[in-house]
Amino acid sequence: MFGNLLIWFVIVPVLMMAGLACCGNSNMKAIRTVMVTGSIVLLAMAIWLVVSFLSLRGAGDTSEMLYMGSWMWYAPLNIHLAVGVDGISVLMLLLSAIIVFAGTFASWKINPLPKNFFLWFCLLSTGVFGFFISIDMFTMFMFYEVALIPMYLLIGVWGTGRKEYSAMKLTLMLMGGSAFLMLGLLGIFWHGTPEGVAPTWNILEISHYASIDPSWQRLLFCFTFVGFGVLGAMFPFHTWSPDGHACAPTAVSMLHAGVLMKLGGYGCFRIAIFLCPQAANELAWIFIILTGVSIVYGAFSACVQTDLKYINAYSSVSHCGMVLFAILMLNTTAMTGAILQMLSHGLMTALFFALIGMIYGRTHTRDIRQMGGMMKIMPYLGVCYMIAGFASLGLPGLSGFVAEMTIFFGAFQDADLFHRIFVIAATTSIVITAVYILRVVGKLILGPVQDEHHLTLTDASWWERLSTATLIVCLAGIGFFPNWISETISSSFAPIIAALNGVI
Amino acid sequence: MGITLPILILALPFAMFLILGLGGVKMSRKLAGVLGILANGCLLVMSYIVAFTYFFSGDSEFILDGVRQQVQLYDVTWLAFTERLVVNIGFILDPISAMMLIVITTISFMVHLYSWGYMEHEPGFQRYYAFLALFTFSMLGLVVATNIFQMYIFWELVGVSSYLLIGFFYKLPSAVSASKKAFIVTRFADLGMLIGILVLSYYTPTFNFLELTHNPGAVMASTGGATFMGASVLTWAMVLIFTGGMGKSAMMPLHIWLPDAMEGPTPVSALIHAATMVVAGVYLVARMFPLYLEVEASLLFITCVGAITAFYAAVVACCQIDIKRILAFSTISQIAFMMVSLGVARPELHDGMGYMASMFHLFTHAMFKALLFLGAGALIHAVHSNNYTSMGGLRKYMPITHWTFLIGCLAIAGIWPFSGFFSKDEMLAAMYANNALWGVWMTMVAGLTAFYMFRMYFLVFWWEENPHYKEHKPHDAPWQMSVPLIILAAVSCVAGFIPFGEFVTWNRLPYHIHIDWVGVAIPSLVIAACAIALAAWLYMKKNTKPAAMKNAFPVLWQAANRRFYWDEIYMFVTHKIIFNGICRGIAWFDRHVIDGTMDGLASMTQFFSLKIRGMQSGSVQTYVIWYFIGAVLLAAITWICLL
Amino acid sequence: MDLSILWYLVPAVVMFCAGVYGFVTRKNMIALLISLELILNAADLNFVVFNRFLFPGSMEGMVFTLFAIAIAAAETAVAIAIIINIYRAVGNTDINSVKQMKY
Repeated sequence: MFGNLLIWFVIVPVLMMAGLACCGNSNMKAIRTVMVTGSIVLLAMAIWLVVSFLSLRGAGDTSEMLYMGSWMWYAPLNIHLAVGVDGISVLMLLLSAIIVFAGTFASWKINPLPKNFFLWFCLLSTGVFGFFISIDMFTMFMFYEVALIPMYLLIGVWGTGRKEYSAMKLTLMLMGGSAFLMLGLLGIFWHGTPEGVAPTWNILEISHYASIDPSWQRLLFCFTFVGFGVLGAMFPFHTWSPDGHACAPTAVSMLHAGVLMKLGGYGCFRIAIFLCPQAANELAWIFIILTGVSIVYGAFSACVQTDLKYINAYSSVSHCGMVLFAILMLNTTAMTGAILQMLSHGLMTALFFALIGMIYGRTHTRDIRQMGGMMKIMPYLGVCYMIAGFASLGLPGLSGFVAEMTIFFGAFQDADLFHRIFVIAATTSIVITAVYILRVVGKLILGPVQDEHHLTLTDASWWERLSTATLIVCLAGIGFFPNWISETISSSFAPIIAALNGVI
Repeated sequence: MGITLPILILALPFAMFLILGLGGVKMSRKLAGVLGILANGCLLVMSYIVAFTYFFSGDSEFILDGVRQQVQLYDVTWLAFTERLVVNIGFILDPISAMMLIVITTISFMVHLYSWGYMEHEPGFQRYYAFLALFTFSMLGLVVATNIFQMYIFWELVGVSSYLLIGFFYKLPSAVSASKKAFIVTRFADLGMLIGILVLSYYTPTFNFLELTHNPGAVMASTGGATFMGASVLTWAMVLIFTGGMGKSAMMPLHIWLPDAMEGPTPVSALIHAATMVVAGVYLVARMFPLYLEVEASLLFITCVGAITAFYAAVVACCQIDIKRILAFSTISQIAFMMVSLGVARPELHDGMGYMASMFHLFTHAMFKALLFLGAGALIHAVHSNNYTSMGGLRKYMPITHWTFLIGCLAIAGIWPFSGFFSKDEMLAAMYANNALWGVWMTMVAGLTAFYMFRMYFLVFWWEENPHYKEHKPHDAPWQMSVPLIILAAVSCVAGFIPFGEFVTWNRLPYHIHIDWVGVAIPSLVIAACAIALAAWLYMKKNTKPAAMKNAFPVLWQAANRRFYWDEIYMFVTHKIIFNGICRGIAWFDRHVIDGTMDGLASMTQFFSLKIRGMQSGSVQTYVIWYFIGAVLLAAITWICLL
Repeated sequence: MDLSILWYLVPAVVMFCAGVYGFVTRKNMIALLISLELILNAADLNFVVFNRFLFPGSMEGMVFTLFAIAIAAAETAVAIAIIINIYRAVGNTDINSVKQMKY
């Protein structure tokens, strides 16, 4: 069991928690040592995984998933701890590792209760990593919940503003989504195997049987898609996102917007579409309407917000709407774009939230009307903010452009009027995004200094620079050399497309 | 030709951008300037080598049976959307891209040199050079694009470098809002272009220019006769792609960003907003010209847009005070000229002369408009104001600026033997050939051009000396600024004699330019001379005639001065309707209806739980009564069921 | 003469109802406790009677009764201890004065 590389992605955060437990309550040095070591190990493992995955693929290993492993966990219900990765989950693991790494440095001076903060932070990471390596629906769901619960405490204890309200709202709404999800998963479990075969939770096995009755598929597709869609901030279940993000501490916002929201998109295609392909073909239009609304609606809402975090939260609604929208187009190109958008949005939003946290830590306000001319005061952070903004509005050379273009060109493959209208509506978001990003940049970063007291503030410290630079390098990396990532992703979609085409 | 030089042409400015941009602020002013100028000098030399090899080597790679070839020097995969739809990054060498290489690097080098003097005392000197390098990189990438998607990529990049440079003085709110406006307006136009590319690539599955333009009939056939709202999809695609060009080239009604873009440093205006970036729209149409020919409706659309814009901008330019704004409107008007010229070009009319004339004018206009802008920069440098009201009588104080500026004005007015005469003459000839309406209309615009340019010239250099000169004696600019002026003036004098038709034509066959003196040249010369004479009569000496004219038509003057209220209309639509109406409406809807529903669910749950909670009164005896009743009821039910 | 089962059950029912009535209507906690004892004893009586009449050979009912009496005694002790404590805290033994023990 411990010979499998994937399982270590769960073990390392658990070990980090054990290490943290041994540290003194306010022994910052020890806590940081544990966190930095752990996150570097995770990052190194993720990079190693990507490299070895690509070399295995290059060597001609064409099996659906690599690094498979399965260990019985609870025999009566046939629950396994089953792991395996394809190109998409590999990249998601890399993304998570990068954001955990950056988040560690972004919360270098977290206060109060640093040890407890990082304990919950590690538990959250455990859930995230566990989710991406699982191919057993039950363990997947379990890790999903593991990632969800620490969020309540992280926001409720270390947050700002109306933190209790937001934490409660976020948890309850996501739990509501989980309830739908659980129903859907149970349905798939009981109906996923043909007569005479014991029910299984294993995604690959269920997809090979492909024996879910179409009438059941429709119900289960809706349940699972809504369940994951809530986490992916799908209209109209997105309202936890603005409040939750606005109150969350920096690193939690980063991890939440950067990775946790991706769990939603990932689950949507890995479970909802992969296992209920026939229903996906029939019912995608409902969710195309909802996500199409999300894209435009989120962008328009972001235009009038005055709180930096609200702006980014609504922008996330728009961008994550794009992810789900692209997934629903049900063709390789658009789905590849969706994953690219997940990666891009993950890195970019993490960068945004990190920067907002850093600016807020200095000015103690997030209201753009009270700030201005940050470029003069803290040029490094100002430049980083502009880069994040450009990534968000889709500047070529940064990852957002690649993702959006792949989505648009993929989505345009569906030739009927309904799809066309929604694709063109979605493309307008590139203009609206430019409007709200430049509005913020113009008010916050450029222009005259609004508040005299801000003139004494300092620029970024080394850990802040490390955190932001890591993310920017990744953004530019994808933006400049998108093809290898795009190919890795699109080749991994073959089974899903095959499942979809099997019923067209 | 090897691929080393073409690769370096793109790599060098980008490397310069990274070096200057990431170098922090530790680099000394001098080092940054010298680095930037040296790199640009190398770029200039390399581009000239490439362009001249292309035009003059006679290599069969480049010219075969008298036809200049379109060569893709390299074309590497950047991103594969589908198996057939692949985005490449490459380097195409053909007459127009080689010509643009010369234009861009020449003007860019002049501006680099000029800025060394102009920006000497500005903070952020290094940042300025970094942005200039980024712009040069993006613009070069745009013109050498082998496929429409590469063009779109660099199209966005020039947009952002323009944004950064307009907002260079980022502490000024006006510069910030101008840069924002420029970016958003062009982004809106790019949306149209993107949709156009989406439509085109859906039917053709290719982005490559050569595949698209070498067989436009096949492209038309690939759409399978599909139509949308009465027009063929190819027409839609080409018009939508042209929308992108309308945004970048400031055609009506997307012109509003360009006058505001003058908030940027003046050399930037010369480089980006006069000579190179704003002609990207013209270049785009020229690049896809065979496809536009396939759907003539789109060419007619281009002609109409251009004709209206040219006239509008010329009228507005007559009533501006800020000299940079006058030049900006003149740029809009001249680009519209090129658009019309492209729009009227047909293979059967003088072998598609309009295309050649448009490119010729692009070339000459780049030179003399950059000259005029740099001259204006020298003026602003001397008197520290953009308005001609702070100038007047400057010819004695600034002789070099005066003479070079005069050459620029003569060139744009189309006076023989300056370069503008030749290119404008060819354009007008092409217009008359297509339809006399366009010819007459555009000749009138040409007359207006001569008038407003000389109005500015006389108001700045003649009129009456400003009393402030006694305190601040204006003087000619330092050598870094004067040398580019002199070089560009020299080019503007002689560029007209270049046999342009030998190099650039729509079918890449040589075309022999001959000037139609009687039909076109003499009338337009006469009109230009009259317009100049009128300007001289009105503005040479201080008098009350201009004021009287203004007072005679106050409404007209005011409307033209306020640019016919386009900005106000846009303000109303964007701020009042979109921002206050739609955005606020949606934000309100989100907070109160969507979120309200969620909160409502929570408060409803709470309401009911509060109600139910009343049953737990704390009074033990009540509990017992309920328990007793419950037990009796259960017993009763059991009993009934058992019966 | 043999007493029929009714002779035992009717007093038990009367005791039980009196107990319930007392428990619901009385305010004094001691009185409540007494009512509770009445209910318990009614139940005990039933145990014994049913054992005797239905399963004469076995002793479980008797044993349970003894067990219940012992428990009741312990319970009474605990209850009185609570009542004394409430009396010390509140100053009386009225059941309505301890209503705040809710939610």
